Amino acid sequence: MIGIEHYIVVSSILFVLGVLGIFLNRKNVIVILMAIELILLAVNINLVAFSAFLNDLTGQVFAMFVLTVAAAEAAIGLAILVIYFRRRGTIAVDDINRMKG
Amino acid sequence: MNPILIIVFAPLLAAIVAGLGNKALGNVAAKSITTAGLFLSCALSWPIFLDMVFNGGSETVVPVLQWVQSGSMSFDWALRVDALTAVMLVVITTVSALVHLYSWGYMAEDPDQPRFFAYLSLFTFAMLMLVTADNLVQMFFGWEGVGLASYLLIGFWFKKPSASAAAIKAFVVNRVGDLGFMLGIFGTFLVFQTTSIPAILEAAPAMQGVSHITFMGMRLDTMTILCLLLFIGAMGKSAQLGLHTWLPDAMEGPTPVSALIHAATMVTAGVFMVCRLSPMFEAAPVALGVVTFIGAATCLFAATVGTTQWDIKRVIAYSTCSQLGYMFFAAGVGAYGAAMFHLFTHAFFKALLFLGAGSVIHAMHHEQDMRYYGALRKEIPLTFWAMMAGTLAITGVGIYHLGLGFAGFFSKDAIIEVAFASGTQMGLFAFWIGVIAALLTSFYSWRLMFLTFWGKPRWIESEHIQHSVHKTPEEAGEDTTGGYHPHESPLNMLVPLGVLSIGAIAAGYVFKTAFLDEASFWAGSIAYNEHLMHAMHEVPYWVKYSALVVMLLGLSAAIYAYILRKDVPAKVAEQIGPIYRFLFNKWYFDELYNFLFVKPAFWLGRVFWQRGDVGVIDRFGPDGAAWAVSKGAVYAKKVQSGYLYSYALIMLLGLVAAISWVIM
Repeated sequence: MIGIEHYIVVSSILFVLGVLGIFLNRKNVIVILMAIELILLAVNINLVAFSAFLNDLTGQVFAMFVLTVAAAEAAIGLAILVIYFRRRGTIAVDDINRMKG
Repeated sequence: MNPILIIVFAPLLAAIVAGLGNKALGNVAAKSITTAGLFLSCALSWPIFLDMVFNGGSETVVPVLQWVQSGSMSFDWALRVDALTAVMLVVITTVSALVHLYSWGYMAEDPDQPRFFAYLSLFTFAMLMLVTADNLVQMFFGWEGVGLASYLLIGFWFKKPSASAAAIKAFVVNRVGDLGFMLGIFGTFLVFQTTSIPAILEAAPAMQGVSHITFMGMRLDTMTILCLLLFIGAMGKSAQLGLHTWLPDAMEGPTPVSALIHAATMVTAGVFMVCRLSPMFEAAPVALGVVTFIGAATCLFAATVGTTQWDIKRVIAYSTCSQLGYMFFAAGVGAYGAAMFHLFTHAFFKALLFLGAGSVIHAMHHEQDMRYYGALRKEIPLTFWAMMAGTLAITGVGIYHLGLGFAGFFSKDAIIEVAFASGTQMGLFAFWIGVIAALLTSFYSWRLMFLTFWGKPRWIESEHIQHSVHKTPEEAGEDTTGGYHPHESPLNMLVPLGVLSIGAIAAGYVFKTAFLDEASFWAGSIAYNEHLMHAMHEVPYWVKYSALVVMLLGLSAAIYAYILRKDVPAKVAEQIGPIYRFLFNKWYFDELYNFLFVKPAFWLGRVFWQRGDVGVIDRFGPDGAAWAVSKGAVYAKKVQSGYLYSYALIMLLGLVAAISWVIM
């Protein structure tokens, strides 16, 4: 029988993968966007799992919202990325440090 | 409206209008307003004084404003008019009005005339506040006011470094005296619980020798201490030995200022204060002894220095210092009337001498050194005769048995006689010093006259004259005038000289009875010692004629040295070399003070600056903080890598910490 713990474990692993994807990523910004998608997915799994277990539809409704927002965010993020690449010719994370003090 | 209000406040009003109006008002308007104000004051002062002379003194107090009301301390602005004040009123307003008029001519080419006249009027107001004071605090207000005005006027030509330095010196040396005066006022309030002068004077006689103050293990008589502290204030203002060093330097100011402030009025404030508080000093015999001694010492000191100086204004400045010494030792032996009488006559003849000297300087193209004068008698005869009247007055020419003489004869002889008549050892000491100083006075005064007005012209040696005639001494050759023509001063300078000459000739004869012999004139405004004043007239004839004899001695010495045998002074100076240099360098007071006070003060200041300010406060304060911030910033900026992921990590850590803190 698959219990709530399993869902939580999977979502935790996904979340941690997403977070590490942001911090340890030395490649390019697309990976960061993908990592953010992972984090949101982890959240979604949690929402759906708890919704099913608690017989409360609110969680699933929220999951739909999150998917929508994630789609919008990915679109905007990629759009920014394209513009950024046009201007600077690179999307390597190590080159994006214009906020340096 | 009471006339005294107009007398005191007209100069203030004029000073404010002329001072604030300044350039916008224009020279003529500013000069007219201030001069008119002063002549108004003067015209109102004389009736008050003459009324007291002929009808006996009376006393009025005109309240002006409430000032301070705090616990047991309360004092108001009030104008007090009694005989003592009336004497000062006529002296101040008359000399000031004449000096205003004289300055029209003397300062005619100055670019800053409104400022000058505003200062002069401001000074007059402060001085009037001082002499009309009903309490010690108001007197102190006037005291500081005249100090300020004196500072401003000495430094009037502030572009000259020597004038600025002299102004600062006058201010700082006066501060030393003012500290004593302030402590005296504080102590008086502590002892008498009031600052009202009449109340203090009423309570003073009962305090003699009764109370004591323990200070650093010494048991000191209260009245002696108070009077000595107050006298230190008087010493500072009246340039007595020890605190006199500022007065000769104050000659850097324009000559009318020297005549008004540093001869006739401000420097006599100390004498006035001692006379005003005379019942207090009478209750402190030790302090009176000190006053006598300091007065006599100053009298002699300044007279000796005066014989060696070359600058015409400095000679007169030392002469002023010396005459103030006379006034103080007269007060010290208890003859306050005689002191005030000499103050009164001295104001006329000394202002006359200064204004005369100003006229000479004006004629000689701003040359002040007497070595470059000579033979001016024919060139500027009116100035010569005015100076002659002043010199006859200061040297005390007069004959006792005829009862005739110039102003200085009556007042100075009275002082010398009263010192003898007082019968105390200190009085006798002062008498001999007074006689010797009279000899020196006569010598240096005639020396000034002979060097300036007799002999051959020595003008071409002067740089000022050389500039004027565009010749060097070589080019001028035999003609030692260098072709320069001294010009007599304009009428607005000669009129004050004329008026003051009348004062120098007649002031003594006209007012001697009132000042010296009539207790009813003083009407309790000073401590009047009837017995002493009576004894003064009974002194032996040799005492009465001593001043005249030494005056003739001084005159003949001056004639011998400066007219008959002109090589004598240089020879004498050479023969008594060390003594001459000692006198010429003013007893090395400036050097001594430089060594004792100025240098250590500079050194101490430098230590505080370098070690304290720069070394400690700056190092650990502003500079240290700035250093810590800039060093810290070097490390702090490493945190700001600019990499998105490190910011995100820190955000996450922060979020986790915040949530943990909320949950736990």
